[in-house]
Amino acid sequence: MDPSIIIFLTSGLFLGWALGANDAANVFGTAVGTKMVRFGTAAVICSLFVILGAVVSGAGTSHTLGKLGAISALPGAFMTALSAAIAVYTMTKAGLPVSTTQAIVGGIIGWNLFSASPTDTKTLTTIVSTWFICPVLAAVIAIVVYKGVTLTLHRSKLHLLRTDAYTRTALILAGAFGAYSLGANNIANVVGVFIPAEPFETLSIGGLFTFSSAQQLFLLGGLAIAVGVATYSKKVMMTVGSELGHISPVAAFVAVLSHSIVLFLFASRGLEAWLASKGLPTIPLVPVSSSQAVVGSVVGIAILKGIGGIQWRVLGRIVLGWAATPLLAGVICFIGLFFLQNVFGQVVN
Amino acid sequence: MEKLRLFGRTRDLEGQIDVFLDKISESAVIFKLAVQVYLKEGPNGEFGEKLNAVNAMESEADTLRRDIEKALYTYTLIPDSRGDVLGLIETLDQIMGLFEGALWAFDIEQPDIPEEFRPGFEKLADMVVEAVDALVLGARSFFRTPAAVADYNHKVMLYEKEADKISTRLKKEIFGSDIELAHKTHLRNFVEHIDNVADWAEDVSDRLAIYAIKRTV
Repeated sequence: MDPSIIIFLTSGLFLGWALGANDAANVFGTAVGTKMVRFGTAAVICSLFVILGAVVSGAGTSHTLGKLGAISALPGAFMTALSAAIAVYTMTKAGLPVSTTQAIVGGIIGWNLFSASPTDTKTLTTIVSTWFICPVLAAVIAIVVYKGVTLTLHRSKLHLLRTDAYTRTALILAGAFGAYSLGANNIANVVGVFIPAEPFETLSIGGLFTFSSAQQLFLLGGLAIAVGVATYSKKVMMTVGSELGHISPVAAFVAVLSHSIVLFLFASRGLEAWLASKGLPTIPLVPVSSSQAVVGSVVGIAILKGIGGIQWRVLGRIVLGWAATPLLAGVICFIGLFFLQNVFGQVVN
Repeated sequence: MEKLRLFGRTRDLEGQIDVFLDKISESAVIFKLAVQVYLKEGPNGEFGEKLNAVNAMESEADTLRRDIEKALYTYTLIPDSRGDVLGLIETLDQIMGLFEGALWAFDIEQPDIPEEFRPGFEKLADMVVEAVDALVLGARSFFRTPAAVADYNHKVMLYEKEADKISTRLKKEIFGSDIELAHKTHLRNFVEHIDNVADWAEDVSDRLAIYAIKRTV
């Protein structure tokens, strides 16, 4: 294997680390912040299921990103992932919520513009439209789930302690589902741009299993996310838990579950095939932002409990962050590619 | 085998809280019987037995309270309502202290209660026990059906008001009688010993109302 592959992959791994540090908080932040689940438990479950989701179901969304811009040269993929990682890092430092999905899409468009490759407007429209659909869908799902859960709790007359115990278990299960969906849906952001370059050879394990270059990339990206979860997500989880203001453990469970359902819907090839077989409209397999999903869920619950609970200024800042991220990543990518090509003499496309 | 029980710790703790509330209801009944015995027969052996029974229940409830508090903190259970549950259990525990204190006062000071005031004392003790019973029911429903707490709190308030009326009337009768002033003040202390329990029950029910609202919002 060419050692330069490792150097070029570092930007993707950096992005994976940033995703682990930030987005694990969307999955387990409320659970850890409300002290319902210990950070250690959350980190282990999150890491395990992110890797599982990435390797098992990561292909669907990667395919869509590939359609947006097939970056065939490793140096180009390196800069695209690096620009996304820098955008994520900068936005996080500025205290703005950030989506790796939007950063990588901005980066890919930056590459398309630099390499004069056409941007598939149909794919771009599909992706951008999900940025609006995702939070709205998360809010709608959260409203339905919250109503169902509170009604069930009211009718079952469970003891306060039993409700607490069940909520903890439900938070862990929903968190595991969320981590799996995050891995499946967002792994494309981390290593998707490297797939067309096929940096690894297909491995055959005892002639029984084959481990394709893409799957090896998914595993590596999953591990990078897991490292991000283990090393840096605690701080972000605590912030998410406290910044959202007072959120009850049951509401935290609903937020995590709704977020996970949305991520799963946009990543499941099985569901797509099932819908298609029934002649129903399919859901596009697009990497969506887990931050948008969780914010949508929380807003949904707030709407149900009375709109007064929403801090519109905070929400405005969040939306502003969503608009600024792809723009920033695109500009960084464009400038970075210029230097990589003209100063370092690398082939970027 | 212990580890295989699903939600075993939670069930144990639920059981402990139920037993703790049982102790308060039981001590209220024994308190009422003890006052009745004292009024009819004075500080005899039966009264002593009842006093010992309330003492024993109070100690058991103390142990339960400590165990519950320890478990809630050690296993970081109900992070959202932990403070409220601890507050509720501690203030409920003080009711048993008031029962115990009143019975000890009867035992140590052995007040001479003239015949004409005895029905008033008995009524007052009945009303106080009714208030405590309603409070315990309210506390039980806080854990399962917080929306029903308001109904029980309403009853606690009603019984407390009745207890206040009875105690005021009783004090007026005592101070309007021909007995010695020292005797009057001695009897008044006992009216207050008993009436304080209802006042405290009302204070606890006020807190309980807030805790219940927090759970239903």
